[in-house]
Amino acid sequence: MDNQIVLQMNHIMKIYGNGVVANEDVSLELRKGEIHALLGENGAGKSTLMKVLFGLESPDQGEILLNGQSTVIKSPQDAISKGIGMVHQHFMLVPSLTVAENIILGVAPKKGLFIDMDKAVDAAQSIAKEYNFDIDVRDKVEEIPVGIKQKVEILKALYRGAEILILDEPTAVLTPQETDELFIQLVKLREKGHTIIFISHKLDEIKQICNRATIMRNGRSMGTYEVADISTKEMSKLMVGREVSLQFEKNEQHLTDNIFMKVRNLTVNNSQGVLKVDNLSFDLKGGEILGIAGVEGNGQTELIDTLTGLNKKYKGTIEIKGKEIANASIDDIRSLKLAHIPEDRMSTGCAKTLSIQENLFSNQYKDPKYSGRAMLKRKAIEKRSDELIKEYLVKCRNRKQSVGMLSGGNIQKVIVAREFSTGPDIIIANQPTRGIDVGAAAFIRQRLLEFRDAGCAVILISADLTEIFSLSDRLAVMYKGKFAGFFTDVENVTEEELGQHMLGIKKDDVLEGVMYE
Amino acid sequence: MWNAILSPDFFGAILRAATPILFATLAAAIASKSGITNMALEGIMLFSALFGVIFSSLTHSAWLGLVITIAIGGLIGMVLAFFVLNLKTDEILAAIAINLVATGGTVLILVAFSGDRGVSSSIRSVSAPNITIPLIDKIPFLGDVLSGQNVLTWLALLAVLLLHLFLYKTPLGLSIRAVGENKDAAESVGISSRKVQYIALIISGALAAMGGFYLSGGYMNMFTKDMSGGRGFIALAAASMGGNTPVGGFLVSLLFGLAQALANIMQLTSLMPYEIILMVPYLTTLIGLGVYYYAQKKKKERLSGK
Amino acid sequence: MNSAKRFDILRTVFSVLIALAISFAIIFVVSEQPVEAIKNLLIGPLTSKRNMGNVVESMIPLIFTGTGVCIMFSANQINLAGEGAFHVGGLIASCVAIKMTSAFVSPVAALLCAGIVGAMFTAIPAIMKIGTTANELVSSLMINYLALYFGNYMLNNVIGDPKASAASYKLTEASKLPVLVQGTRVHLGILIAIGVAVLGYFFLYRTRTGYELRLTGENEEFARYSGISIVKVILISQLLGGFVAGLGGGVEMLSPIYARFTWTSLLGYGWDAIIICTLSRKNPLYTPFAALFLAYLRTGASIMARRTDVTLEIVQITQGIIILLIVAEQFLSKYKHKLIAKEAKAALKEEEAA
Repeated sequence: MDNQIVLQMNHIMKIYGNGVVANEDVSLELRKGEIHALLGENGAGKSTLMKVLFGLESPDQGEILLNGQSTVIKSPQDAISKGIGMVHQHFMLVPSLTVAENIILGVAPKKGLFIDMDKAVDAAQSIAKEYNFDIDVRDKVEEIPVGIKQKVEILKALYRGAEILILDEPTAVLTPQETDELFIQLVKLREKGHTIIFISHKLDEIKQICNRATIMRNGRSMGTYEVADISTKEMSKLMVGREVSLQFEKNEQHLTDNIFMKVRNLTVNNSQGVLKVDNLSFDLKGGEILGIAGVEGNGQTELIDTLTGLNKKYKGTIEIKGKEIANASIDDIRSLKLAHIPEDRMSTGCAKTLSIQENLFSNQYKDPKYSGRAMLKRKAIEKRSDELIKEYLVKCRNRKQSVGMLSGGNIQKVIVAREFSTGPDIIIANQPTRGIDVGAAAFIRQRLLEFRDAGCAVILISADLTEIFSLSDRLAVMYKGKFAGFFTDVENVTEEELGQHMLGIKKDDVLEGVMYE
Repeated sequence: MWNAILSPDFFGAILRAATPILFATLAAAIASKSGITNMALEGIMLFSALFGVIFSSLTHSAWLGLVITIAIGGLIGMVLAFFVLNLKTDEILAAIAINLVATGGTVLILVAFSGDRGVSSSIRSVSAPNITIPLIDKIPFLGDVLSGQNVLTWLALLAVLLLHLFLYKTPLGLSIRAVGENKDAAESVGISSRKVQYIALIISGALAAMGGFYLSGGYMNMFTKDMSGGRGFIALAAASMGGNTPVGGFLVSLLFGLAQALANIMQLTSLMPYEIILMVPYLTTLIGLGVYYYAQKKKKERLSGK
Repeated sequence: MNSAKRFDILRTVFSVLIALAISFAIIFVVSEQPVEAIKNLLIGPLTSKRNMGNVVESMIPLIFTGTGVCIMFSANQINLAGEGAFHVGGLIASCVAIKMTSAFVSPVAALLCAGIVGAMFTAIPAIMKIGTTANELVSSLMINYLALYFGNYMLNNVIGDPKASAASYKLTEASKLPVLVQGTRVHLGILIAIGVAVLGYFFLYRTRTGYELRLTGENEEFARYSGISIVKVILISQLLGGFVAGLGGGVEMLSPIYARFTWTSLLGYGWDAIIICTLSRKNPLYTPFAALFLAYLRTGASIMARRTDVTLEIVQITQGIIILLIVAEQFLSKYKHKLIAKEAKAALKEEEAA
């Protein structure tokens, strides 16, 4: 490997339209023929940086040098023509077409008016062979497994002449065997002179195949390191860092004797059949906040969907207040006084075309206070809406304004107001403060604590470690569908320790305090 | 009656009845392949039936009339594309609007053009000729079925082949299928989905226009009010049942032709009420749709359940 | 009223005006007596009691199917079987009304049967969708033709009067709905229609089920997360929508306009319903107004067609253009953006002041 520099991104700054600074001052340098890890938590700015490189976003400041030449990348097409290819996390493939057709899409070889399919198949097959990809290019994409689909994506980029290949969390969807196979191929690509940007959270993988790593945190690059010279501990320390701690008046905990939730041997596969929650057991009592930390995609979404009844396909048992919920509808589960702040507030948490008032009652319109057998009690609903808007400090014109017109923080307040106003015993809060303003976030956190003090059981999932640290009474770290770490003394946990569990460096076999019996 | 049904005449009748639906089904198929439900086919056919009569009489030529009609059909397809793709109009409501304008517009134009109300009796239009192709007419049975069919029926059969080649063998066809199935994937390799959908809808309009032309210049020799008679809607169902492929659509269209031709014969006998026979194509489609989607649903469940 | 609503109204008015302007332009092109034609179109319906009566009487079926479609579309189910439900509703009501002779009981029974059959009819695409995921749009288009041919079969083989051509036996006097205004054919149906529209509004906006239905229509995932059963919503909305459309068919048949069942083609009220629904923004309460507008336009057009050389069908062009402009999201979107930005700025100022 020579040390020729193929790409430099210098002092990139990107501010989005809504004022979020995604990249503050990021620099990245790629050497020809290296596998370069781009490491960082969710929201650290990795994706934005790659979008800039792939022409999906234009930077507000900074420059890109390709082979020493200053260049502007206007669009993905432009990036492709400059030899940059990207394999997205969600595959960009057309299922009913064959592998060959997907590879040549948009750049098909022609014979007269027609596609020269023989040539296309030959070209696709020979490029697959050249890189030792064991694929029959005549197979339909919908009939091949995920691992092969990913190879097709890589071939697509190679067919278009990619010299620099961006792989966005390529192993997230793969089985261990498929991952091993991918790594063998990536090493081969490196040997052939391709440069690979490998985005990942998985330190062991980075250790295994990457030459250098650039670590990002909060929109800044924390430096580039030779992977051989840095320990995984050091990497995790650079990547996971706590910001100024939040000032909270957290009262002493009064744990009640009510076991509100009892989960045993829960196993969930996602719709693609991938194992996402792996034989998980835990208990939840009134008066506590159970924090669940973890890098996104380690089964948190599937766990929450299953606990709240949105997903019904699982193995194991879930008891809420002593009731097994296997045959319970979402409505039944909500009747057990369970409140749920969903991860995606726009697609799941509200109907943006409807009014604030209509969004405030979707979980409690059947309450005798708000409706009779058939009719809604309008007066009561209107009165309560005004009260809730006031109590939760929702900034709006009036209760009739449609939710879609509000800011993100105020939409979240509407959702929180709705979920909290039923007087829940169990609250499942999934990323309750993501992407909202500081004031709204503090307000929501304060409320969660008040509920805990009142004897309510709370599960808090958050990517915001500061939030997790300052709110949780017990803290679990999810990694590959399991609790890789569990802490009952949250105050004494260092972020370094937490980081190592999140990234799977440290896996505890004995998890004390997960269950109460 | 069996003699009547097994005769080449009967098969010829099937083809005649299937022709307009076949054109419309192909039109629906290409639009669906690009990801848009073209419910405006009904209106495009109706307009084309009228314009076929008017322009063939103005130009004294069926061919010129056909060419102009096809051009107008493509233009209406483009208008639909403009509303759906540029103005972000709901494709179903836009189509309903176009169909309404067609229902009213055809009557209005007919009155303005000739003074006829509802039927174009005073327009001397030129119908497309029936043709017999040498050699093919020598093939036993099939030759008898095909010989003397209207030139548009021949064109429809040719269109099945051409559309199949276009969709499955050309780069643009590949792009259309890619856009319809996964827009993001197509866009990610530099295909403009808007351009591709425009093209698909223009071709869709042109195909439907041929079907409309056939109604008033082949199947019949004049325009009558509302003469498309729901064929545009049937085509949507037929295309969907045929998996939105030209060949699948062709087979389902034949089924419609068969039902129509059977109904015509049954009308002369009293075996079964005529109206019940007329239901057959719709009922078949309905059941076919159910079976087709049920199979798809099961297939998806199987894929996710593994 | 907030800016989004104000914009909606503005765009509706604008669309109607532009559509009328285009129609007038067409009239000027095709007519020898354009001024006369436009005059008849615009004020013709007001010129006599009978004409005014015509407006009211043609509002009735529009209100029914419009309300039915509002209910079905509110749940975001694009079921076009309202057309067929209206047809079979009329058919069944005729069958009952031919046989029954007792006053009050007969029309009530006829209308009830019409509604129930209509409900069963629109439920077919809904059940197919639930069971097989088959798109309700296509299946509903198909079953409309089944309704038509079934009606024709009944007319020719079961209820047809051999002494009349393409007409059923006479409906009994006892079954007919009474005329309300002497000298016109305005009948009891108008009160039933308005009642149904108001009830439809109450159902959608004041009842638990109606709320469930609208939540589902606006965001199905949100509704599911909230604990609402989507299958129940689809079924109830389609049953109710069909009931109202079928009832409309029954009322139309029992009106003084018909003495016998004579429908040998689909009447198109199911399609008109979509215009009504679009104009009234899926709120049944506004359907009488939308129906009044449409009925007025049509009555005017038919007077124009009788007195001048412009044909009735010009109205369909007007209607088509109105729909296109109202549902074209980007039409006047720049203005909408300005309005909303203005409101947002005002809100910001208020915030600062507070």
